[in-house]
Amino acid sequence: MNSEHIKLAARNVDLWFGAKHVLKQVNAAFPQNEVTALIGPSGCGKSTLLRSFNRMHDLVPDVRIEGKLLLEEQDLYDKKASVTQLRKRIGMVFQKPNPFPKSIYENITYGLKINGVPAGQHKEIVERSLKESFIWDEVKDDLDKPAMRLSGGQQQRLCIARTVALRPEVILMDEPCSALDPLSTLKIEELIIKLKEEYTIVIVTHNMQQAQRVADKTYFLYLGEVIENGPTASIFNDPKQQLTKNYVTGHFG
Amino acid sequence: MKKKLAPFIEWGTLLFCTGTVCFFLVVILWDIVSKGASSLSWGFVSTPPANGMTQGGILPAITGTVLLTLITALVATPFGISCAIYLNEYASDNWSARLVRAAIRNLAGVPSVIYGLFGLSLFVQAMHMGTSMVAAGCTLGLLSLPYIITTTEEALRRIPASTREAALAIGATQFESIRDVVLPAALPGILTGIVLTLSRAAGETAPILFTGVAFYINSPSGGLNQEFMALPYHLYMLSTQHQAIEQVRPLAYGTALVLLIVVFLLNLAAFYIRYKHSKK
Repeated sequence: MNSEHIKLAARNVDLWFGAKHVLKQVNAAFPQNEVTALIGPSGCGKSTLLRSFNRMHDLVPDVRIEGKLLLEEQDLYDKKASVTQLRKRIGMVFQKPNPFPKSIYENITYGLKINGVPAGQHKEIVERSLKESFIWDEVKDDLDKPAMRLSGGQQQRLCIARTVALRPEVILMDEPCSALDPLSTLKIEELIIKLKEEYTIVIVTHNMQQAQRVADKTYFLYLGEVIENGPTASIFNDPKQQLTKNYVTGHFG
Repeated sequence: MKKKLAPFIEWGTLLFCTGTVCFFLVVILWDIVSKGASSLSWGFVSTPPANGMTQGGILPAITGTVLLTLITALVATPFGISCAIYLNEYASDNWSARLVRAAIRNLAGVPSVIYGLFGLSLFVQAMHMGTSMVAAGCTLGLLSLPYIITTTEEALRRIPASTREAALAIGATQFESIRDVVLPAALPGILTGIVLTLSRAAGETAPILFTGVAFYINSPSGGLNQEFMALPYHLYMLSTQHQAIEQVRPLAYGTALVLLIVVFLLNLAAFYIRYKHSKK
């Protein structure tokens, strides 16, 4: 267990939106090829933490971040680092499925185009990433149809395909199933477990069962602080902190 | 009893107002169509005026208005869209951006005759364009800018933040996300705004009055540095300034009808764009 490789880490991270102190001295480490869940009541800062890893706060005015966010010991907020290169290495799947208003095929190839992948490889990558995301069989005959016509669950799997097409190292997932029905949720969860063989995954979820089903490790956040973290089973079955216990047993949140 | 009566009165009031508006609309349309239809013919739209305007068609006025609208579009669209993109996507929401936005909204309320005088002093005199098609087109372009900026900004604002984030998250720059994802998604709204604005500009008289329109030109119109004829002004002259006003009245109605048809076609284009997008 000690030999596990830490892919992504936060060290003493503080984050403010204007005067509001949203993350307080957050420390976290996400091991390679594992799924780590971030849980906690609404407003605890778990999405904010997730989005700071691929610098989604960059366009928000009045945001201030202190501390270090690291990918393979490389500072993500290094002035010399290219934010677009970084986002290629750290992909993201959002709460609401957000395919581009383009065809299914173009949804995958757009990312390849702007990242300079030669056009000759596009077809092959589209097929591979759609297969990886368990959606190939459903859409293989309709690649030219608008992505917006797919069901919510299919759209979300397409968004995952769009992300894995770029072969990122890390995939951040922000409540990827909260807008989906139980069956689609199940499919995405199977997919997450499959994807961790290749990728490092950090998932924000409100759903305790989901965290227990997919995550190897779990972080519990409350009011911007990490209260407790550890293997998922011990967080849910044997929490050390009273706050964690109250949350995972459903007393608040 | 009171409870039963109230919805009836509310419904009746709304119906009465809607009916009144429709009534006047129908009367105006009927007046123009019934009196103008008789002068409408292939010859009317394909020949120039003859015999001191008492005979012949209005071809130069039609080509003048169409060309003028084209120039207006060429001037107003690139500046308007760029300005809206800057305001909505790049400018931070501080007091200076809000001031600029408020100024643009106010410009939309400035009477068109003032644009005409401004165009006269800027384009015709200061920039030495003379009274010409370009000067008039630029003036109409200025008049159209605030409408195009406002409708484009509105269309951009309707694109959810998650769409922009989707592009950023796969490594697009902010510019790429706007060019490739946000603009195509907002295009139907933007085009509708542009077309409706242009159809309004096509019917304007005051801004072109001092900047290039002429009652009658001998040579066929088309030169960008020449004076030109235009439908709204032609209509104004025929119906108020002509020496044989009774004689040319049918021609005036015919001109009004043609102008209405041009504007209607533009509106139809806007409707079609919206319809096509709603099916996607």
